[in-house]
Amino acid sequence: MTTIDPKSPAAEGAPADRYLEYSAIDTGYRAVRWHEKTLYEQSRPGSTNAILPAVEKGIVDAVGDVVAALPAAARRARPPEMPELSEPEILRHYIRCSQMTYGYDSGNSMGLGTCTMKYSPRINEQLAALPEVKALHPLQPEETIQGILEIMYGMRNWLCELAGMDEVTFQPRGGGHGAFTDACMIRAYHHARGEDFRDEIITCAVSHPCNPATASAAGFKVISLYPDEVTGELGIDALRAAISDRTAGIMMTAPYDTGVFDSQIAEYARLVHEAGGVVSLDQANFNGVMTRMRAGDLGADMVHFNLHKTFSTPHGSYGPGAGAVAVKKAFRDFLPVPVVEFDGSRYHLNSDLSNSIGKVGTFMGMVPNVVKAYAWVLAMGAEGLREASEWAVINNNYLIKKLLEVRGLDISWPNRRKLQEARFSLAKLHDETGVGTLDFNYRLADFGVQTYFESHVPRIVPEPVTPEPTESISKEDVDQFVAAFHHISAEAYSNPEIVLTAPHRSIVHREIHDYENLTQVPFTWRVWKRTHPDG
Amino acid sequence: MSAGLVHRYIPNTAPGVREQMLAEIGVGSVDEIYEEIPAELRFAGRLDLQQEPRSEADVAREITAILGKNRTTDDLLSFLGAGCWPHYAPALVAEVMGRSEFLTAYGGIEVNDHGRFLAVFEYQSMMGDLLEMDVVAAAVYDGTTASGDAIHMASRITGRKELVLPRLMDPDRLSALLNYNGPWFTPVFVEFDPATGLMDLADLTAKLSDRTAAVYLENPTYLGTVETQAAEISRIAHAAGALLIAHVNPASLGVLAPPGQYDADIACGDGQPLGLPISCGGARLGVLACKNEVRFVHTLPMTMVGILPTTVPGERAYTWHALFDRIFYGEREAARSFSGTSSFLNAIGAGVYMALLGPSGMVDLGTANMQKAAYAARRIGGLQGVKAPVFAGPHFNEFVVDFSGTGKSAAEVNAALLERGILGGKDVTKEFPALGAAALYCVTENHTQSEIDRLVDAIGEVTR
Ligand SMILES: Cc1ncc(COP(=O)(O)O)c(C=O)c1O
Repeated sequence: MTTIDPKSPAAEGAPADRYLEYSAIDTGYRAVRWHEKTLYEQSRPGSTNAILPAVEKGIVDAVGDVVAALPAAARRARPPEMPELSEPEILRHYIRCSQMTYGYDSGNSMGLGTCTMKYSPRINEQLAALPEVKALHPLQPEETIQGILEIMYGMRNWLCELAGMDEVTFQPRGGGHGAFTDACMIRAYHHARGEDFRDEIITCAVSHPCNPATASAAGFKVISLYPDEVTGELGIDALRAAISDRTAGIMMTAPYDTGVFDSQIAEYARLVHEAGGVVSLDQANFNGVMTRMRAGDLGADMVHFNLHKTFSTPHGSYGPGAGAVAVKKAFRDFLPVPVVEFDGSRYHLNSDLSNSIGKVGTFMGMVPNVVKAYAWVLAMGAEGLREASEWAVINNNYLIKKLLEVRGLDISWPNRRKLQEARFSLAKLHDETGVGTLDFNYRLADFGVQTYFESHVPRIVPEPVTPEPTESISKEDVDQFVAAFHHISAEAYSNPEIVLTAPHRSIVHREIHDYENLTQVPFTWRVWKRTHPDG
Repeated sequence: MSAGLVHRYIPNTAPGVREQMLAEIGVGSVDEIYEEIPAELRFAGRLDLQQEPRSEADVAREITAILGKNRTTDDLLSFLGAGCWPHYAPALVAEVMGRSEFLTAYGGIEVNDHGRFLAVFEYQSMMGDLLEMDVVAAAVYDGTTASGDAIHMASRITGRKELVLPRLMDPDRLSALLNYNGPWFTPVFVEFDPATGLMDLADLTAKLSDRTAAVYLENPTYLGTVETQAAEISRIAHAAGALLIAHVNPASLGVLAPPGQYDADIACGDGQPLGLPISCGGARLGVLACKNEVRFVHTLPMTMVGILPTTVPGERAYTWHALFDRIFYGEREAARSFSGTSSFLNAIGAGVYMALLGPSGMVDLGTANMQKAAYAARRIGGLQGVKAPVFAGPHFNEFVVDFSGTGKSAAEVNAALLERGILGGKDVTKEFPALGAAALYCVTENHTQSEIDRLVDAIGEVTR
């Protein structure tokens, strides 16, 4: 790893990136780069903020020092060693941290494929922050939360329509949790039929890792099939070979993270059903196919969506998101509780499903995100949903067309048209210049453009690149992204050092992984302090 | 084909762009691309959805009208808690969580998301100080899934098959844990002392064996009592070669013994009380922490933000990339977890809260909760025929009230209180029939004395 002199202009973020200045793709970007210390290093002992209400004298007089009355072993022995700062100093610190964060709103955010980065409308944030959402307790009597239940029920109806399914739960906290909920229902379904011997789940290596992972968490053995080299699909023969009387079901992503839509999916569903298994689809990648296909029509028994991807709820720096699972009638009884019901005049929470898997998380699920997703669908309408999907697909295919003109870059499964995203490869560039996808990505950060997602494992595609230009992305954004790729590729072929030492004007430089195990990496300040007594 | 629809969220719907881009792609219409989906699988029907897009103003009006049917805890005086606790939420928490960059960031890397990682690292650090634990995960979904992750860790570390749990637990949490951990464990329940609601230590000792992977305790317990025997439970568990998992309420840790103080191996809990709104139960923050030993850190199935050096000597990178492959993204079919996208924004918010309160504020918070709950329990317990608190010993901010002596059920009391604009405690009659006509009341720093007095008067009235 090349080390950079801390006093060099490169280390300082450089007044300008001398490799970039005045090039056509110079966006003028200079990362905001505060030498911001941690709150601990800024701490001024003794600072306090009177945030909480004082305890009334009448209460103190009545109960006395309840803390001192605790048995010593149950009492905290020493105060926590937390930082002490005034309110304005704390706000300034977090403002600076936010300035050193690349949000979707910060710029050209099409890089993070499989993440469906789209605009999160602010009106939805405002609505979900109303006291009628924010100040509700999940255990309030039904008659006091009719409004929230109406929204949940409305969203349920819409998702049933979009999925071709019959019932929905909003219990899951995210996409992975949605897949887990599916796995639990599959387990319960076979158990109810006295077929506990069904202990294998089939999945595909280009399905999202949460599919095999959650099947495993639910206690299944997982059979992971590899996509066909030519078609990018699972293939009937491979599936037949994997199916046995131990098959509990199949859990797969559609379309795949590679952007390939598996054209034989209905046949897989038929085969799995024939063998007595259950079909679970992961449609976190729903964004390119809304109103164009429905999981239920393909033969899926259950499907999950990510409200924080397709349905616009913000990604929140990595959550909270929300998952929604939709199921066919035959699986309604297995759903986690409660489900929302409507009797024609009032809404109810039903926790009485005879085969229910019970709970997977707390309370009623991610209610504020359901409100946001509901507002989004309302703003779109069926026509808008169709339009959004079309744009996700047009933008992606336009990107593919343009990006393939970049020297050293190829696409996986070139004979297939891709829907919402595609997995590219910089293997050729790497072979010819020594510049790999990680180097390339670091250099991309210098342009003020969001970095890209490389790939999940297994990395079937070498030196992978997976962007995803959703409908919120403009043609100009795509053109700019492509121009940056051309520029970096040219650098790689003419002066690879530039790319290999990138970034040059981002917030910090590349991290170095020089630990033997994770105990050597400080994950809290208390550990940092112990291991770095000199700061 | 051009739909001709111009939508405010879709920049390319401006006139002319579609034709130009389709021409570049080399297709006549987007339908040609959709031929990737076999014709018989393409949906051709009409969805039973509103068809046309709506303006922002119309969306706002419609949703506000629907939400107006709710009655909020701003209007009703609420004593509901049971895992979703009504604390004061400082203005700064919402301000920082609303910053566009934090709200909308996701998967950037250290060089462009330095600030997001720093803020999460600081959350981890302050949580570590509160817990007195060295390693804290960035965030898990909620307290319940954090418990599940902790249990999986114990299973992997020890290879043992039994988990010892308190009988007195939130049945919803237990149900979620059986879903998550069920395939890997036989649950073994420890009975509780009927006088205190705490673990029966004789029963605990009897139930431990070389099959026990971990003892899981909750402090405070689901029904609000302080598990004053935590240090003793820890000693007993460790003597049997089992690990100790402590599920705690972070808001209590300014005053109650933190898990590190009684040598817990893994700590978990929910950070919602740290300035996050109750939001109908939808604002959660799973807390997960462990000792800084390889066997723990390498089995912790969640992202963590750590400090790594960079190519510039002296520079720190805050990053989540240290051994990323040990979580499910890398483990795939060998994994036992599910949380990808978790709760970072809530972790950042909880960090702001802890920074604002500081060490003395955390002590004040814990003290105020204990005092006000004690006051409320004592006053309610003074009413004719009403028993409160049902359990002896110290409580944090919740306690059980038994209305049996009034001849009223908990549901009847709650219905009558609602008529008076009060949300009484969670009815736990079905969950714990042995406790009588029982409800779980929550009183925090954010209840005033006059509000508590109003509750007491109302209970007196409706039970008379
Ligand atoms: C296809 C697919 N499935 C599942 C997930 C997991 O979602 P989450 O991160 O909410 O767990 C993703 C994430 O982006 C995904 O792309």
